[in-house]
Amino acid sequence: MLKVNNLTISFTGREGIIRAVDNVDFSVVAGSTTAIIGESGSGKSVSCYGLLGLIPQPPGQIESGSALFLANDLLQLDKHALRKIRGRDIAMVFQDPMTCLNPYMRVGAQLMEPLRYHRGASRSEAKRQALDLMAEVGIREPAITINYYPHQFSGGMRQRVMIAMALINEPRLLIADEPTTALDVTVQAQILKLLCDIQAKRDIGILIISHDLAVVADIADQIIVMQEGKVVERGDRATIFRRPQHPYTRKLLASIPKGQKAPSPISPNPLVSVKKLCTWFKQHNETVKAVDDVSFDVYRGEVLGLVGESGSGKSTLGRSLLNLVPATSGQILFDGQDVIALAAGDLKSLRRRMQIIFQDPFASLNPRMTVYDTLAEPLLLHKLETRSSVAERVLQIMDEVGLARHFVRKYPHEFSGGQRQRIAIGRALATRPEFIVADEAVSALDVTIQAQILELMQTLAQEHGLTMLFISHDLAVIRQLADRIVVLHNGKIVEQADTTTLFEHPKRDYTRQLLEAIPGKSLL
Amino acid sequence: MWRFIGSRLLQAIPVLLVVITVTFFLIRIAPGGPFSSEKAVIPEVKAALEAQYRLDRPLLKQYIAYLGDLVQGDLGPSFKYPGRSVNELIAAGFPVTAELALYALLVALSIGVGAGVVASLRPNTAQDYIPMSAAMVGICIPSLLLGPLLILIFGIYLDWLPVSGWGDMPGDKILPAVTLGAVYAAYIARLSRAGMLEIMTQDYIRTARAKGMPEWRVVVVHGLRGGLTPVVAFLGPAFAGLLSGSFVVETIFQVPGLGRFYVQAAFNRDYTMILGATVFLSCLIVTFNLVSDVLNAWMNPRLRGRLGSST
Amino acid sequence: MSTVPVHTLADAEIGSSLWRDAWLRLRRNRLALAGFAVLALFILVAILTPWIAPYDYAQQNLDLGAAPPSADHWLGTDIFGRDLLTQIMYGGRISLAVGFIATAVALIIGVGWGAIAGYAGGRADAVMMRLVDILYALPFMIFIVLLMVVFGRNLLLLFLAIGAVEWLTMARIMRAQVQSLRQQEFVEAAVSLGLSPLVIIWRHVIPNALGPIIVYTTLTIPSVMLLEAFLSFLGLGVQPPETSWGLLISFGAETMEEYPWLLFFPGLVLALTLFALNFLGDGLRDALDVRGAKD
Repeated sequence: MLKVNNLTISFTGREGIIRAVDNVDFSVVAGSTTAIIGESGSGKSVSCYGLLGLIPQPPGQIESGSALFLANDLLQLDKHALRKIRGRDIAMVFQDPMTCLNPYMRVGAQLMEPLRYHRGASRSEAKRQALDLMAEVGIREPAITINYYPHQFSGGMRQRVMIAMALINEPRLLIADEPTTALDVTVQAQILKLLCDIQAKRDIGILIISHDLAVVADIADQIIVMQEGKVVERGDRATIFRRPQHPYTRKLLASIPKGQKAPSPISPNPLVSVKKLCTWFKQHNETVKAVDDVSFDVYRGEVLGLVGESGSGKSTLGRSLLNLVPATSGQILFDGQDVIALAAGDLKSLRRRMQIIFQDPFASLNPRMTVYDTLAEPLLLHKLETRSSVAERVLQIMDEVGLARHFVRKYPHEFSGGQRQRIAIGRALATRPEFIVADEAVSALDVTIQAQILELMQTLAQEHGLTMLFISHDLAVIRQLADRIVVLHNGKIVEQADTTTLFEHPKRDYTRQLLEAIPGKSLL
Repeated sequence: MWRFIGSRLLQAIPVLLVVITVTFFLIRIAPGGPFSSEKAVIPEVKAALEAQYRLDRPLLKQYIAYLGDLVQGDLGPSFKYPGRSVNELIAAGFPVTAELALYALLVALSIGVGAGVVASLRPNTAQDYIPMSAAMVGICIPSLLLGPLLILIFGIYLDWLPVSGWGDMPGDKILPAVTLGAVYAAYIARLSRAGMLEIMTQDYIRTARAKGMPEWRVVVVHGLRGGLTPVVAFLGPAFAGLLSGSFVVETIFQVPGLGRFYVQAAFNRDYTMILGATVFLSCLIVTFNLVSDVLNAWMNPRLRGRLGSST
Repeated sequence: MSTVPVHTLADAEIGSSLWRDAWLRLRRNRLALAGFAVLALFILVAILTPWIAPYDYAQQNLDLGAAPPSADHWLGTDIFGRDLLTQIMYGGRISLAVGFIATAVALIIGVGWGAIAGYAGGRADAVMMRLVDILYALPFMIFIVLLMVVFGRNLLLLFLAIGAVEWLTMARIMRAQVQSLRQQEFVEAAVSLGLSPLVIIWRHVIPNALGPIIVYTTLTIPSVMLLEAFLSFLGLGVQPPETSWGLLISFGAETMEEYPWLLFFPGLVLALTLFALNFLGDGLRDALDVRGAKD
């Protein structure tokens, strides 16, 4: 149905011409799903946007290639003709449903727009179809919600609206760019199922773009692997997953978090003991119970996984433990001392012993401080080194976290995401803490980098005998790292158990839902 | 929505009270009494005058009495124009100023939004540079310079347009309105360009293009609403600026508006007039800020939702 | 890539700080550089005026009267036969001084107020910003006119009055900066390291809040100078025998039909200065990557 040959797209920037897409071929067959897999910067999105004339030219330029779709070459069509195909024969769904719907327009009007524009449908006709379609994609009470604005929907519902909007003209091809990346795992599973159902029912071709092999494993028929603008491997699902040929594909597959940490002996005395902790906020005159009556222990030397979806309160809980967010009530005993009740001076010496690693390596480093300044600050503050000895220690830390020493006087913006996360880890470990909170520490990273950072954290945790609270939305990652797991939902603990028990004999429905929603279960 | 307007109105009361109080006492401590400039006045006459203006009473009582009058909408008699009340003077001057400000605002909005949107469609091309250079010129040539220059060019050298008055001759409203509106047209052009550039990179604009919407519809239906938010937010301050800007423009073009009265009152030390006009203008500005806020909230569905249902 | 094994700091490559990157970007912006050059020239002339002015400030030549530009008087003379260039130079001293001093007043009050409110948060923040909101709603232009009427046309008062208006926006910008920085993870990381609040403000907050403050300061100076010109034009600002560009424009406008150079040259220097400051401000905004510097 769609056949793309020799597609090459380049961008002219300050540093000269960059080939974002280099001689790429792929095709989509009606009724089947083709997936393009690659990490950020691999050119996977650009190649699809380029087909539809959605990249600004200049700076972008389509150098060569053809894209045959229903006997037309998309790349030869003029703007006007291409626009008639967009939204009618080829529709798109984007990554972030929060920003992809017009916040100033009712969803109904946005849904009807393609129908009214491309088919000249009457208002009442368009509305009837919109209502039908909203019901089909699983939006409740369409007669009421058709008049809602996007912000009145949850993320999952907005993505359903996006899908309905894409389907309203009964397109032959649906291009979905990271359609579930911004969603919670349980919602992700629902949306993926919806896409499969729609395909079965309407016999359309789907081209899905993703960085996540696990997501694709469940739905793709054909898989294209891209790296730095080139296709490195292609094949059907079974071949790619069972007998990958190209080293990069193998690396990607190896990076998918799987397996489980070997159970290690756990000392019976807790390092951190949380008792009836509550952290509440006031927001628009309402009390938000972000953390609500939570009690658990973290034993010395263990990695405790804390899993929850967005809004579960997991980040607030992590910050409360370090007194970065004031707790409303309850007790946090760190080695017997109550963190909440401590005086400022005592708190400072306690802070040396517990540290945090954040999710976003772009936000967690001061952009105006060099690596040296960042790493030396905690050492000098806690008088662990003198001014004369600190430089040597900073370089040692860089060795430990795998950063080349000659980067020591560079600034954060000169590093990649993975390197920055290494700096952040170095800063957290500089004071030789006993306890580390890792808050979604690998979630913002590409999958191969994620695997490297996870390995680094595992190694360092063992070497230093660290106790860790590892917070994540991703059960597969947690399983790889954690000895025990706490499941958090709406600020309350749903279940806690050791990793094997939780995965094999979950007690609660919510835990079961989470487990079932893990993408690519066939790979585990 | 009504609750939102009500709460904003309540918030406006302390602001106005501060204005009234500070103005009232500032003027009372000003050096020189209202009649000191005039020649020796017979003591009886002076006493009668002071009684008329309540100057014989203690300051606090004067203040309370003034507030009482204000509540009834009475701004008191003028010091300089015996027999005329401040209300009359304002009633005479304000319609002219309002008309001038309205024309200036129309000039500013039509030219500003048009130029800004046009410039934003093709950034860093001639279509962007030309209007934006014009806007920069507009910002750097203030009305006090632009007015005389326009008079010189269109009034004297070319002799196309009248150079003073208001409503006396055809076309005499053009130059004052353009002079007053020019700077705001320039600001609005810059604001709408920046706003549109920001909005046109949003994901939902890409969605609209992916839906195959024609480019005009992408810009007008999807882009303009969000892109002009900064312009709407600017309307409140712009209105305040237009009112005070009318001081200069009315002086240059000899327009018999409130602004010119105000400046004259300032020179004549016509204290009741200054007090009255300050209170009046403050009320106007506070009201317009409120209108601008409400408009701003109304244009944003997220805020509108909050106004409508909760709190 | 360095090939030398790194054992000490001195061996390592030096990174490019954000300040340096911004400077490199600014250096490529010709308009901003030209603006900076013009501004520097005007400031230098203003400082040196008492020594380099071609004529005595008050020296009249009633026989000559208003004469167009000539070899003796490059920019002509006014109706009293005073040299216009000299007048503009002395006027510039006052106009520029008002611009810079009133902006400095606004900067000091505004940054202090905004930083404290932003960092303190909670009730202190609410009270402090509520006050700013109330003052913001006041019709300040009218108020300044009022002040000048009541207290006479006093230069010092002019500085203070204008500074008192402009600090409000400065305070809002600073507070917004501090508040958003406070929520940044690198500040949280600094807290979790155990740094004291003062050190955090000094090392982590202020350096990152400086960009918008620099840009806004540059853009405040022209608006302050306009305010002065506005008041002087109405006769409510600077008074003779002192002079300023606004006052010169006002006199020039009165006689522009007969002696257009008396309007043209003071207008030109004022416009040039405003251009210079605005170009520099825009250039800095782009170089420092500050968004929406007005709010």
